[in-house]
Amino acid sequence: MAPGPILEFEKPFAALEEEIQGLEKVQAEQPGDLSAEVAALRRTLVEMIRKTYGGLTPWNLVQVSRHPQRPLARDYIDYFVSDFKELHGDRYFGDDAAMVTGFGKIGGEKIMLIAEHKGRDTKERVACHFGCPHPEGYRKALRAMRLAEKYALPVVTLIDTPGAFPGIGAEERGQAQAIAINLMEMARLRTPIVSVVIGEGGSGGALGIGVGDRMGILQYAYYSVISPEGCAAILWKTAKLAEAAAASLRLTPQHLLELGIVDEIIPEPLGGAHRNPRDMATTLERKLVGFVRQAKRMPLEKLLARRYERIRSVGKVVSDPAALVALNAAAAAEKAEAAPANGNLPLDAN
Amino acid sequence: MAKTTVHAATQEKRVPEGLWLRCPGCENMIYRKQVEESFGLCPDCQHHFRLTARRRIALLADEGSFEEMLADLRSADPLNFTDRKPYAERLVEEQKKTGMLDAAVVGKAFIKGRPLILGALDPDFIMGSMGSVVGEKVTGAIEKAAETHLPLVIVSTSGGARMMEGIISLMQMAKTSAALARLDDAGGLFISVLVNPCTAGVAASFAFLGDIIIAEPKALIGFAGPRVIFQTMKRELPEGFQTSEFLLEHGFLDMIVERPNLRSELAALIDYCGK
Repeated sequence: MAPGPILEFEKPFAALEEEIQGLEKVQAEQPGDLSAEVAALRRTLVEMIRKTYGGLTPWNLVQVSRHPQRPLARDYIDYFVSDFKELHGDRYFGDDAAMVTGFGKIGGEKIMLIAEHKGRDTKERVACHFGCPHPEGYRKALRAMRLAEKYALPVVTLIDTPGAFPGIGAEERGQAQAIAINLMEMARLRTPIVSVVIGEGGSGGALGIGVGDRMGILQYAYYSVISPEGCAAILWKTAKLAEAAAASLRLTPQHLLELGIVDEIIPEPLGGAHRNPRDMATTLERKLVGFVRQAKRMPLEKLLARRYERIRSVGKVVSDPAALVALNAAAAAEKAEAAPANGNLPLDAN
Repeated sequence: MAKTTVHAATQEKRVPEGLWLRCPGCENMIYRKQVEESFGLCPDCQHHFRLTARRRIALLADEGSFEEMLADLRSADPLNFTDRKPYAERLVEEQKKTGMLDAAVVGKAFIKGRPLILGALDPDFIMGSMGSVVGEKVTGAIEKAAETHLPLVIVSTSGGARMMEGIISLMQMAKTSAALARLDDAGGLFISVLVNPCTAGVAASFAFLGDIIIAEPKALIGFAGPRVIFQTMKRELPEGFQTSEFLLEHGFLDMIVERPNLRSELAALIDYCGK
């Protein structure tokens, strides 16, 4: 069943759907054949959705990725992870509901699942801190990864977070350190790691479970160094320009594919995953099973070498000796102009 | 590795002009020259003023020993990014302001006669933020340390990943961390020195991956900035929150070292961890 209108650009769909439902009701209660009219309206609806979604701006896409009805990690677990054995706790401090970990099977493959979960109803959302993990979440994930490594299980991570939690407790317990350790350990974890961004790929909070061998992204998900609102607040001095920031950040799946950050864009049902979660789950499962089988086929040493190369190669720099010479010349000129007051810098007296 | 000289002029020109300055620590008016000649410390309260990357290296390395590597790298503006002004323009302005092509300096040096790979970030070049160039230089330094079996010391001060290089900046966190995994596997030593301020993407990657982690006194160190945390928590932050002293108390630092002692502490630590 389609959800009620939430986003501005979805409102026309809802109006049309209401009309279709009205006709169907009439059809059921009264004589006369309205099926041609209904079919025509359905075609119009599909066309309308196709057109709207064909023209989504980067900011619209961010809105879809945050849609209140968008399927979340636990929905996908319910749809396609069989024999899920959830594992709790980081063994140091607590159990972070925003990070779900456990053994499970997809397409008959045994895996270790690590997923960021935002929570569906208000109570669960609060318990999950709206999908913003604490350090104990990242440490729980690492514990699960080490267990996977020990038993040669592929790690599957589902990324969906606005970012790692920015709070007092998170800082007291070393949020930065917890994420850093994960980046280092995932780079050398001796078992395959495959990831998919299913909603929001919020900065370090996403990367903290996002280093691995293969990275997919759903069609209306994003992955960015900072939220568009955060970027706008800092660079444009107002969060209201999030729309402009979303465009500048190149955070859409298409941009990420072009930049070599993701390997594959996983198509969503017409109008987004929230309009047909079951179809979305089927597609995602098929892709994940493919990723896992592909990674498992590769000899481990080769897999690790490729993982390193994949991480190592990201970045774009120019070697520009002329620019360096010019800068040094400018500095030298300035030095000659200034009094030699600080020619000798003090060194350690010890 | 090309030998390059350290320019005193570029080191000093970024300190506000004038003979006197007000110390942010004790608010006393202090004589600038005295600060500059004493490791960038306030003579009254020992407040640690921020240092440029080159000044930092000059204070740590044996005189004339620093051989810079990867000196000629500059950003290729991978996103063709524009906010209120194009990133390409901003880069040129920052280069003029700082006399540096980007926010990091790395190379080979000696500290009290001990050879090592030494790096420093510059707090004034777009807040010491990490984009492709910082990521590449830090990774290059890590790889050089692994290759030469020399200890690695990086002095980090940064606002985090550089927004203007978007997701490419975020990936530099993974890149530097992956390189450190290899250095660790090779048995290499990494001493990370955190100085004011050191936050976000740099803190959440290589800076917190030291075998030994040192901070200067009263530095701001953390993941999220205090303003963001305040907006989230909607209550006053605890006294001394996210300072070096706070981190030491919570178990995330090995030690706090005052700037004049840093050279000798590094030398002593290297001697314990040498092979």
